[in-house]
Amino acid sequence: MIEIEHLSKFFDETCVVDDVSMTIPGGALAVIVGTSGSGKTTLLRMINRLVEPSSGRILIDGKDISAIPPHELRRQIGYAIQGHGLFPHRTVGQNIATVPHLLGWDAAKVSARVEELLDLFQLDAAEFRDRYPSQLSGGQQQRVGVARALAAAPKLLLMDEPFGALDPIIRARAQEDLRQIQQRLGTTIVLVTHDMNEAIHLGDRIAVMDRAKLLQYDTPQEIVIRPATEFVGELLGSGERPFRLLSLQPLRPYIEPGEAPGAALDVDASLRDALEEALWSGRAAVPVRDGAGKTLGRVTLATAIRQAARPQ
Amino acid sequence: MKIGALSRLAVLILLGVFLARPDWFGWLFTPLTRNGQAAIYTQNSLLNLTLNHLAIVAAATLAGSIVAIGLAVLVTRPAGREFLPLSRTLANAGQTFPPVAVLALAVPVLGFGAAPTLLALFLYGLLPIFENALAGLASVSPDVQEAARGTGMTDGQRLLRVELPLALPTILAGIRISAIISMGTATIGSTVAASTLGETIIAGLINSNLAFVAQGALVVGALAIIVNTSLFAIERHFSRYRRDQR
Ligand SMILES: Nc1ncnc2c1ncn2[C@@H]1O[C@H](COP(=O)(O)OP(=O)(O)OP(=O)(O)O)[C@@H](O)[C@H]1O
Ligand SMILES: [Mg+2]
Repeated sequence: MIEIEHLSKFFDETCVVDDVSMTIPGGALAVIVGTSGSGKTTLLRMINRLVEPSSGRILIDGKDISAIPPHELRRQIGYAIQGHGLFPHRTVGQNIATVPHLLGWDAAKVSARVEELLDLFQLDAAEFRDRYPSQLSGGQQQRVGVARALAAAPKLLLMDEPFGALDPIIRARAQEDLRQIQQRLGTTIVLVTHDMNEAIHLGDRIAVMDRAKLLQYDTPQEIVIRPATEFVGELLGSGERPFRLLSLQPLRPYIEPGEAPGAALDVDASLRDALEEALWSGRAAVPVRDGAGKTLGRVTLATAIRQAARPQ
Repeated sequence: MKIGALSRLAVLILLGVFLARPDWFGWLFTPLTRNGQAAIYTQNSLLNLTLNHLAIVAAATLAGSIVAIGLAVLVTRPAGREFLPLSRTLANAGQTFPPVAVLALAVPVLGFGAAPTLLALFLYGLLPIFENALAGLASVSPDVQEAARGTGMTDGQRLLRVELPLALPTILAGIRISAIISMGTATIGSTVAASTLGETIIAGLINSNLAFVAQGALVVGALAIIVNTSLFAIERHFSRYRRDQR
């Protein structure tokens, strides 16, 4: 659990983070979203003491981090940045092994861990382990950057626009991977982005920042349904709100018995997917199947439309 | 690469044979002599002169490297940043002061021999190493610096594991330039009685014996080529991560 209490940061006279308080439960994925220059990166960097706060404090699992030497604190916290920051003179394997090395793990354990992580990120160890970063594609570099951040199995992972440089398809896959890894490992993640789609798609909690202030910190549902200020509403894009709301709702509760023509949707899809599918193919209902391909029933266009309305 | 290594080896073998048995090459230098002058310098053995020459250059370059790199590291730390302009000025002054002037000024204090030569070469060679070390350290990208801090490296670990290795090819280039300059400049040390290959050149000039001048110059030139290409190969080795792009 991370408790941020009345945290402020001034650079000279300018206030960059203004009295921010928020609590991130253990195992949650919190997304900080906001316009450029709103102080997201600064807030994130105060959590691993790359920036020292001007006032306020941060507790991690109840411990005030200002009492922990910065380099020791950072070895407990994974940190992945846009542009990955891989060490160009070190191989993929050596890059991933950075923190385990600093922590003094023995060679066999480090080697096994590197293999495990390459596997997790679908990079063939025999092929990639001894390559230099310059010999990887941008997406591969990004994955190695995240693998390095996860190497010492940190309980907390900080990510600053980790998917910013990726193309939409790779980005969607990277987001999916992150979700799965987080659920599998129970890692607490704080992720910075200025992409509201990404925030809603990934976040258990979303923190919206504007001009150094934390405007709203809530679940994606609450943010979509009840934006705290006009700015939050604008950030959501007023025309897209019904679709964002639908994208937050899984199909399962809305499946009803019955037949429907055409291709089936996977049960893990969202109501938004159902709406799009129904509209695009001109169907009043679409069938839903489970992972094994068994048909579970159908979801109707009418249901999707009903659920897109703002809850009263 | 292969051809480079081979020609380096060829120059090295040729030089070795010449230094071991200079008399075998008398026929080559005779055309440069007049009135039956000696074709090969025999006052001191060419091999000894070469080894002394190399030792002086190596010592000056080593000392210059330690001081220049140390200074560059110091002034790129947060605590030392304010000394950057001052150290730049000092290194520049070392380069603008001609080595001959340093020799003239140093002899009354240090006496004749190798010491004033060492001092002159040391001062003259500081600047290229210092400037290259600064450039190399500055070239480490902010992303990489940030990542190094973010992974929990201490300041020392960051310097030794990230900054210096990344700056190394550039630093080595500075050392190479400095060593090559010193290789030629060291010959003037013989005007103050340092034992270098300049001795044959000076003897040749005094006796109007072009053969002696040519011998000294050719050996110095061959040494410069060997040192240059060897250090260049080392540089390439330490920057191999930059190549082999797909
Ligand atoms: N070290 C610093 N010194 C002075 N000002 C700084 C420093 N770091 C950040 N700032 C300023 O603080 C403000 C917030 O910066 P920050 O990097 O936190 O924004 P951000 O929300 O991450 O923006 P972006 O989305 O563009 O990355 C900016 O106006 C920036 O210029
Ligand atoms: Mg930022």
